[in-house]
Amino acid sequence: MPEWKSESLRDAYGQTLVELGDRDPSIVVLDADLSGSTRTALFGKKYPDRFFNVGVMEPTMMTIASGLALGGRTVFASTFAVFAAGQAYNAVRQSVCYNRANVKIVATHGGLLVGGDGGTHQMLEDIALMRSLPGMTVVVPADAPTTRAAVLAIASFDGPAYVRLTRENLPVLTDGQFALGQATQLREGSDLTIVAIGAMLARALGVAETLHQSGIEARVLDFASIKPADEKALLRAARETGAILTMEEHNVLTGLGTLVASAVGTGYPVPLRQVGVPDLFGESGDPWKLLDNYGLSEKHALDEAWALLKVRGKVS
Amino acid sequence: MSGPQESSATPDELSATARQIRQDIIRMTYHAGSGHPGGSLSVTDLVTALVFHELRIDPEHPEWPDRDRLVLSKGHAAPALYSALAHRGFFDPKILRTLRELGSPLQGHVDHRKLPAVEASTGCLGQGIGMAVGMALDARLARRPSRVYAILGDGECQAGLTWEALMAGGHYALDNLVVILDRNGLETDGKTEDLMGIEPIAEKFRAFRYETSEIDGHSFPEILEALHRARSTHGHPTAIVARTVKGKGVSFMENKHAWHGKPPNREEAERALAELGGTL
Ligand SMILES: Cc1ncc(C[n+]2csc(CCOP(=O)(O)OP(=O)(O)O)c2C)c(N)n1
Repeated sequence: MPEWKSESLRDAYGQTLVELGDRDPSIVVLDADLSGSTRTALFGKKYPDRFFNVGVMEPTMMTIASGLALGGRTVFASTFAVFAAGQAYNAVRQSVCYNRANVKIVATHGGLLVGGDGGTHQMLEDIALMRSLPGMTVVVPADAPTTRAAVLAIASFDGPAYVRLTRENLPVLTDGQFALGQATQLREGSDLTIVAIGAMLARALGVAETLHQSGIEARVLDFASIKPADEKALLRAARETGAILTMEEHNVLTGLGTLVASAVGTGYPVPLRQVGVPDLFGESGDPWKLLDNYGLSEKHALDEAWALLKVRGKVS
Repeated sequence: MSGPQESSATPDELSATARQIRQDIIRMTYHAGSGHPGGSLSVTDLVTALVFHELRIDPEHPEWPDRDRLVLSKGHAAPALYSALAHRGFFDPKILRTLRELGSPLQGHVDHRKLPAVEASTGCLGQGIGMAVGMALDARLARRPSRVYAILGDGECQAGLTWEALMAGGHYALDNLVVILDRNGLETDGKTEDLMGIEPIAEKFRAFRYETSEIDGHSFPEILEALHRARSTHGHPTAIVARTVKGKGVSFMENKHAWHGKPPNREEAERALAELGGTL
């Protein structure tokens, strides 16, 4: 495997916010006492008049964001994923989504990679919560360039959006070629497709490389645009490769795997396996060890890939 | 079973215990490489007074139904509570060093599921007071003598949930409920009064029907007296506004919000421990 360099998605977010602030004087940013961690502090430093750090009040931050947006502004609101999608859920549902307010929620610290803070802070349900809100756009970038592109993309339309970022630095896997509603193909293959998001994308590429050593070619799709979802790319993958493996750092009952299963199951059924966190809360620990312990190891994903290939009759 | 005798630690003994706990906080966050030293150090004297003096609890019978309950609503101050519970005999202090390690019962935020001596899991601010209200109602319904103590942070007082729960405690006139505010003046990003001011906080508690006093949260005589008064308050819950110093006891951490969620490195830990009369 190539040695990828790792970069901070949060830094990319903060820097892109400043860029947007330079460009558009109507943009306003809110945070709830985590601006150093979410990196909105970068914007706050440059544009203190357009930055509101409201303290520990996530639901009210969302309602204030909605009010600001209903006046015609583009509003960014940031905190950790567990507070943005969890604590503030109904404020996001009614004040933001029901009102179709132009609020862009960029949540950091999604998933197990939060590490030491433990299960209370490791948000594994946000994709489910946010994806089920009518009118909500949902993006889960896998690297810093995609983060930048995604933040620019959601700033460019009028309506609510949710972006989930990871606390840990992640390897740079893309050149930031991101478009809403489009999966990005990072590797061509016809024996199997791996659809992955976030931190799992690097592991998906690792699995594909290992399979390649055995003469199996796996297609790899970065599915950062969760909603709108690129169903065409999924159906094409089903038709052309005949089997799909999904990989996500989220409760496996309600995330990417179910999205893909539903699209493929209704459109072009093929064998499918889902790698995700079993129906559990996380716990404190080393971030990367946690991924391995909660069913997200590359080895486990590889086993799942081989199981699919067996079903397909590609190997005995 | 009638339960244990009330412990009767003197202020001097409590000070010595608090110093041990402060040393543990430094060692634990240093070994973990993450965690929240500032708000753990500010709450240490309050936790010490409760666990070693005020609470009717029994390490031999941790599930004794009539015990008092402590809810650490600011669950990120976990190291302070873990150390206190360990030294009070609820578990072996040796495992304090496993804070935040995979498989350890010592989660980053206090965790009832993995460490039952912790009465309620917290970590998402704003939810501890409500659980304390529920426990106080439960005790009243069951005619148990249990008293319920909840510690909250001042940043946490910005959260609407906190006030909803406080309102419920006042409405139900829970005189078995004591809410203690760790008023260290700081939160993650800076001063509470700069971000979203909560003053006049004592008046707010009073308006919510709490018998309210303001004390120095690092003075054991004042803490013990306020807790003692709460026992003889009837018809109202009690609120104690404890003025504290974030990072208390470690000169370079005191009153610096940068130490909210940052562990000391080795050199800093050694310097902090030297000030606290300990070693790594
Ligand atoms: C609902 C919620 N929002 C945000 C956080 C992240 N967070 C942890 S501690 C903290 C600051 C809390 O300030 P305060 O209550 O004053 O605690 P202290 O200064 O006593 O440590 C924040 C924002 C959280 N744990 N829960």
